[in-house]
Amino acid sequence: MTDSKYFTTTKKGEIFELKAELNSDKKEKKKEAVKKVIASMTVGKDVSALFPDVVNCMQTDNLELKKLVYLYLMNYAKSQPDMAIMAVNTFVKDCEDPNPLIRALAVRTMGCIRVDKITEYLCEPLRKCLKDEDPYVRKTAAVCVAKLHDINAQLVEDQGFLDTLKDLISDSNPMVVANAVAALSEIAESHPNSNLLDLNPQSINKLLTALNECTEWGQIFILDCLANYAPRDDRESQSICERVTPRLSHANSAVVLSAVKVLMKFMEMLPKDLDYYGTLLKKLAPPLVTLLSAEPELQYVALRNINLIVQKRPEILKHEMKVFFVKYNDPIYVKLEKLDIMIRLASQANIAQVLAELKEYATEVDVDFVRKAVRAIGRCAIKVEQSAERCVSTLLDLIQTKVNYVVQEAIVVIKDIFRKYPNKYESVIATLCENLDSLDEPEARAAMIWIVGEYAERIDNADELLESFLEGFHDESTQVQLQLLTAIVKLFLKKPTETQELVQQVLSLATQDSDNPDLRDRGYIYWRLLSTDPVAAKEVVLAEKPLISEETDLIEPTLLEELICHIGTLASVYHKPPSAFVEGSRGVMHKRLPARTGSGESTESPDVGTIAGGSGTETAPSIIPSQGDLLGDLLNLDLAPPTTTGPPPPTSGMQMGGMDLLGGGLDSLLGGDIGGSAAMGAGFGAVPAVMPASLNAPMGGGLGDLFDLGGGVGMPLGAYIPPKTVWLPAMKAKGLEISGTFARRAGVIQMELTLTNKAMSVMTDFAIQFNRNSFGLAPAGPLQVLSPLSPNQTIEVSLPLSTVGPVMKMEPLNNLQVAVKNNIDVFYFSCQYPISMLFVEDGKMERQVFLATWKDIPNENESQFQIKDCHLNSDAASNKLQASNIFTIAKRTVEGQDMLYMSIKLSNGIWVLAELRVQTGNPNYTDLEISVKCRAPEVSQCVFQCCEAVLKN
Amino acid sequence: MIGGLFIYNHKGEVLISRVYRDDIGRNAVDAFRVNVIHARQQVRSPVTNIARTSFFHVKRSNIWLAAVTKQNVNAAMVFEFLYKMCDVMTAYFGKISEENIKNNFVLIYELLDEILDFGYPQNSETGALKTFITQTGIKSQSKEEQSQITSQVTGQIGWRREGIKYRRNELFLDVLESVNLLMSPQGQVLSAHVSGRVVMKSYLSGMPECKFGMNDKIVIDKQGKGGATDEAGKSGGGGGKQSIAIDDCTFHQCVRLSKFDAERSISFIPPDGECELMRYRTTKDIILPFRVIPLVREVGRTKLEVKVVIKSNFKPSLLAQKIEVRIPTPLNTSGVQVICMKGKAKYKASENAIVWKIKRMAGMKESQISAEIELLPTNDKKKWARPPISMNFEVPFAPSGLKVRYLKVFEPKLNYSDHDVIKWVRYIGRSGIYETRC
Repeated sequence: MTDSKYFTTTKKGEIFELKAELNSDKKEKKKEAVKKVIASMTVGKDVSALFPDVVNCMQTDNLELKKLVYLYLMNYAKSQPDMAIMAVNTFVKDCEDPNPLIRALAVRTMGCIRVDKITEYLCEPLRKCLKDEDPYVRKTAAVCVAKLHDINAQLVEDQGFLDTLKDLISDSNPMVVANAVAALSEIAESHPNSNLLDLNPQSINKLLTALNECTEWGQIFILDCLANYAPRDDRESQSICERVTPRLSHANSAVVLSAVKVLMKFMEMLPKDLDYYGTLLKKLAPPLVTLLSAEPELQYVALRNINLIVQKRPEILKHEMKVFFVKYNDPIYVKLEKLDIMIRLASQANIAQVLAELKEYATEVDVDFVRKAVRAIGRCAIKVEQSAERCVSTLLDLIQTKVNYVVQEAIVVIKDIFRKYPNKYESVIATLCENLDSLDEPEARAAMIWIVGEYAERIDNADELLESFLEGFHDESTQVQLQLLTAIVKLFLKKPTETQELVQQVLSLATQDSDNPDLRDRGYIYWRLLSTDPVAAKEVVLAEKPLISEETDLIEPTLLEELICHIGTLASVYHKPPSAFVEGSRGVMHKRLPARTGSGESTESPDVGTIAGGSGTETAPSIIPSQGDLLGDLLNLDLAPPTTTGPPPPTSGMQMGGMDLLGGGLDSLLGGDIGGSAAMGAGFGAVPAVMPASLNAPMGGGLGDLFDLGGGVGMPLGAYIPPKTVWLPAMKAKGLEISGTFARRAGVIQMELTLTNKAMSVMTDFAIQFNRNSFGLAPAGPLQVLSPLSPNQTIEVSLPLSTVGPVMKMEPLNNLQVAVKNNIDVFYFSCQYPISMLFVEDGKMERQVFLATWKDIPNENESQFQIKDCHLNSDAASNKLQASNIFTIAKRTVEGQDMLYMSIKLSNGIWVLAELRVQTGNPNYTDLEISVKCRAPEVSQCVFQCCEAVLKN
Repeated sequence: MIGGLFIYNHKGEVLISRVYRDDIGRNAVDAFRVNVIHARQQVRSPVTNIARTSFFHVKRSNIWLAAVTKQNVNAAMVFEFLYKMCDVMTAYFGKISEENIKNNFVLIYELLDEILDFGYPQNSETGALKTFITQTGIKSQSKEEQSQITSQVTGQIGWRREGIKYRRNELFLDVLESVNLLMSPQGQVLSAHVSGRVVMKSYLSGMPECKFGMNDKIVIDKQGKGGATDEAGKSGGGGGKQSIAIDDCTFHQCVRLSKFDAERSISFIPPDGECELMRYRTTKDIILPFRVIPLVREVGRTKLEVKVVIKSNFKPSLLAQKIEVRIPTPLNTSGVQVICMKGKAKYKASENAIVWKIKRMAGMKESQISAEIELLPTNDKKKWARPPISMNFEVPFAPSGLKVRYLKVFEPKLNYSDHDVIKWVRYIGRSGIYETRC
């Protein structure tokens, strides 16, 4: 038997030869030929041309040959649907075969042929097989229902297969039960709201019985299904736990992990003072440890899950530190994961051991691993105060090795140690300064600069050190630039006499020569602060910093809860919710841990609830500022110098796709300054809070619409939408080109984007974020780019915007700074929106009010503009403007001039009044004149530009 | 669920490709080749996500097995399945190699059709599979045989067929332990554990009901308290040293887990032939068969002096075998001189280590090696990582202290009793990762 020869034929004319052989009379020759066909198919050759010939071989009593032909059919039926019909007869006949193996084979294969016409014929045989006397056929038919559902869901429902499948849950054969459960679970996933699985105490009992008897795989299906059940009370959940715990001793790791998932989930419902609760906790540890003696790939899956479990319930593994010690021969992915867990488990009790280990690891070969080990030492210092001193001395030892990446990593963590224990370890600064020249990574440079700035008064040559960085200011990364700016300002406030020149230099570099908005903003803030009130500046910039938190890299609690519900699955490996990597509707359902149902005795949960609620209100997005506040809003920006390293406070919106952005994008958006300005972080964190669509329209927008229609001013023409312009050229964004425009539709502001992938690779994971802007524009939802963007593909996206985001005055007023993130990088661009987007529908003022307001606004707030070459009469102009929510209130004709009085209301409540003069008498005089009056005169220019654009288009 | 399964050779050529789900296309085959196989060392995880498609892979010699999916599958299950797939293939045609796979590709497709349906793993016990996936072609089975096959494949005892007969009922129990140690240079035990397996080879007629007993501390203590049965009186009475604390154990799927959970008794109907009955782990009171005492001294920049003493720590009447001590040397080693009292020692430049081999060594003995390592001067700033000294050996006892107390066989339908079964028990302790830092 040397079948390998089939792989070697590569000559031309092969298809013809095969054709001849397939039609040969000799059975052996036929079989050989089919084998060759399958071999060609495997290596990716197209052998679909042989379809009729291969199907002809189907009528055979040779089971092996039959299976090969079926394999071929499954691959090519879709490309030859008409021919595939030829096979139906054989299938139907085989479903009646006395041999159960053949019946099952037929129904199994038929379900894999995704041709509509065939599925119709499949129904009757499938119905029979679902009730077959042989369990082997039934278990195959159960899976076939799921296959059919994938092809044609409606058909499955219409034919009543779902009910038959439900009946199979009570089948006498455990494997049939398991497959029925698997099929139902899959079908239920695509109907999130249907009560398909209908889990109730009776059916749960049946599942638990089958659990004891079925194959290891069946146990996994059943356990995964059980995990979706919500027990009615703590008693029921305890009794399920009791019956699931024996699975923890199964040799199959997947069974163990699925059992752990069920237990972790149902444990939530048990009162903590229950004896059983403690017993269960104790029972969970050993199997988790045993998973670490499995093959490395499984260890990896286990470790990723343990990482979640340790965060959720640290008590389970707190005594098991040693098993996470890294072995010399562990694959790197196991090493890195173990290290993560070691840090999470580090405590005063085991810190000495942990440190000794970490020190060993820091001398290993793998760069990533060594870096992580060094970082871990720093994290230990922050976490366990007693060990801080030892950690620092260990880090100093490591710096002495002069291994470049070790030194850099050490400096980054020492900065955090300084933050945690101020005025304790500053004696090491001298050693750090010695290594200044070797730092080439932005993070390390930024850390070092922060240290120099923070302790400028103790470093004699701080100014020289900082000056040396300043030389190549524009070549530095943003992170370093921001840090350098802050450090020099700190230095100036501490030693004002010698460093005046330096501070001026850096401020001008930041504000005048840089095109980075963050840097410019920060530069301006310092500049103004220093020039207006140096004392206040000192208070602000050198303010005492809040302590940094002990735990880092914690997974956000709601996400953690969801991931706990996905233990064992890919989601738990990626540490991402399934919606982040699964397409379509499957698995998008968010799973939650059950709430404790115990009576009054559980005192903990309500507390947690209030705390969570409290922090929720704190981080709510800022409210629309009142009129006239726009000017002063610069001051609203938090001027605090780098303060905390903590992640931005979690907001409720995070789950909904804001996630990714916060994880990666935001850091860099914030400039990733080491300290991470807390206030800015909070501000940004709040932005992605998802607004329900109905809130997008400014209040009363709908009413205004109604009013307008009733008023019968004529149907609006449709608001003016400027043509799309290229905002982000592909050159600047690694192949991503973005062009776009803004539109206001039915009271909702839309940002319409065209994303084009001009790179060679697929782009995914798009997200968008705005910087603060004059009118608080913010995305009202995540950027909906569902499918990956393949090379040369273009996609049109429309992003609804809300106007309740944080506010900051921009220059020009209608400037918007945008960050777009994809799997490759984060890109920044700025664009200007026509201010007419912000004109709300209820902007029509009463005449009397108009007159009063017009008089009320001081004359110096009035500005005049001319629109040249505009051939419009007053009515046309009025209609055009009306379409963009610029309402004509009155019209007067004086001396051959039509005077239109118009009112506009901006989304933030500012009223703008305007007077438009149109020459009617003189056809040669085509210029229009417009005067604009507003309490906030800085918007006048924008309004004028907008009127001009509307009228000329 | 699993959307497709591919097998590649080391060059990334596809040997087997079976797609189960519509969302996996042919381009997935290429994506894995380009992004994982050809990426060499770049890929640092057994799970890779490429364009929203997840790839799970394991490697056996130079063959890559990859499972592909676009859904949120049970990741642990996918890996367990891949291992199982390897086991099944090995049971059918031996070593997993490119040649064997090409030679058996029809068989592999047949197996894949049977053990994975729409991406859901089905019964994959070789015992059962071999009854109907035979590769002999037209073999026509009688009706009884057919239903016997199907009831076995789907049945509660899917791992054993009925009607097995042996003239001589015989069983072999192997207690195989690997003892793992990580010791600091000062001789402090940083971590030590034994992972053991009880492997059973049985040649028993009918459907025998078996019960396995060992000196599990929990069982012995329970029996000791509860007035003691005959057996417990004999072996459990000896006190603490007689019993061992098992941290955790897992069982072959034939063992009734709920019974173990409730009564801690191990009862089962074994598969015919060989099976791994249980795996266990212990961390307390481990007998460490050897101690390694290293002494490394750097003499100037170009010389190292190494002295290593090993001490055997078990009954003098027992003999350890296949002892091997591996002392790592720096990369810039230019020459080594070794002197050892016992066995043979050699410097292996290609492995950067001195390998010292001793055929046999009795208990409570001591042996020593000393070496002078000459180094080439380098200007490499990076320090030598000093990998730990590792050791291999085999001893004829169980370092965990585990003892088999009984294995009882009941077959009520056939006329043989527990006494008629010939039983053999053997203990082998091997080194797992047995390292001493220096």
